[in-house]
Amino acid sequence: MCNFPLKLSRLMHEMSIAMNIVEIVSATVQKNHAKKVNSIDLEIGELAGILVDSLTFCFDAACKGTIAEGAVLNINEIKALGKCLDCDNEFPVEMYFAICSKCGGAAVDIIQGKELAIKSINVD
Amino acid sequence: MCDTCGCSQPPEAVTYRKPGEDPHGHTHDHDHPHSHGQHRHESRTIAVETDVLAKNNLIAAQNRGYFDAKNILTLNFVSSPGSGKTTLLEKTIQKLTPKHKIAVIEGDQQTLRDAERIEATGAPVIQVNTGKGCHLDADMIHKSLHELSLPDNSILFIENVGNLVCPALFDLGEAMKVVVISVTEGEDKPQKYPHMFDAADICVINKTDLLPYVDFDVEKCRQYALEVNHHLKFFEVSATKGDGLNDWISWVKELVSS
Repeated sequence: MCNFPLKLSRLMHEMSIAMNIVEIVSATVQKNHAKKVNSIDLEIGELAGILVDSLTFCFDAACKGTIAEGAVLNINEIKALGKCLDCDNEFPVEMYFAICSKCGGAAVDIIQGKELAIKSINVD
Repeated sequence: MCDTCGCSQPPEAVTYRKPGEDPHGHTHDHDHPHSHGQHRHESRTIAVETDVLAKNNLIAAQNRGYFDAKNILTLNFVSSPGSGKTTLLEKTIQKLTPKHKIAVIEGDQQTLRDAERIEATGAPVIQVNTGKGCHLDADMIHKSLHELSLPDNSILFIENVGNLVCPALFDLGEAMKVVVISVTEGEDKPQKYPHMFDAADICVINKTDLLPYVDFDVEKCRQYALEVNHHLKFFEVSATKGDGLNDWISWVKELVSS
């Protein structure tokens, strides 16, 4: 099951993530007696630490020879949101280091944008 | 399906060894019952709603439950290679024993070298060689725990694979992640590798004895790290020379007694 070319194995954690996706999808397919996976809907936060291109590339390799082979990955990228601990302002952020857009405070917690989940799959 | 990372290798390629032992791999369970129920042909959507790392997170939660039940303080040390994690562990173990019982799980792609260094301190140690894998995962810790048989009220240090990217994503069940950065690296690393600094609870700035010889601005480094994660607590140490170790050791002792 794990005979990927060496160069793919160097793609760090995206390969591990792709293999987890294939595993979860395969188990779901088996439980629901499906024949074929058409598509997989993923939610990936902007700050989840996942390079979408790498994940797609790894998925193509990880799904080979499994029930998920040929499935299309639909990736819904979730925008990151920060919350200022000083004034409770919630605002879009692009990176981990964010300054509150309202009061300029630097004590900002990321409250959305780290998602890494399989929402649903479409099967025959 | 093997769930270890970077995986062009069978599961048994991950080995668990004590210094002096032959490698013996553990196989993962492959329990996938095959049923051939009715085959449907219409297209349909099935809700999955599952975190991609659910399996790792479940095992991490089990590890955490084990640590809580036995009152074991577990710290997960992460950093780029060469920041001085192993030296920091050696010195920390020397200062905490024999009053505290300490064990170590060492993660590296290859070799027993770090485990041999830890063993020389007298602490029980398991070396996990991840092969091509770039991080430790919760299942590797779970398997190592079976080998270590930790006593109640002890301390477990986990030294992750030297890598500032991947280990950030994998919860091992630890109480806290300790990110180590050395002054021979750039002070802007917290901003270059924000995921790790965001995931960490503690930041140890190591090799401070070399500050006179390198262009490393400690204050800037702290500022960069705090911009990524304003909850971070800092220690500045020279693990080799001993500077700053007392504060670090006092903090670990406080954690144990709290």
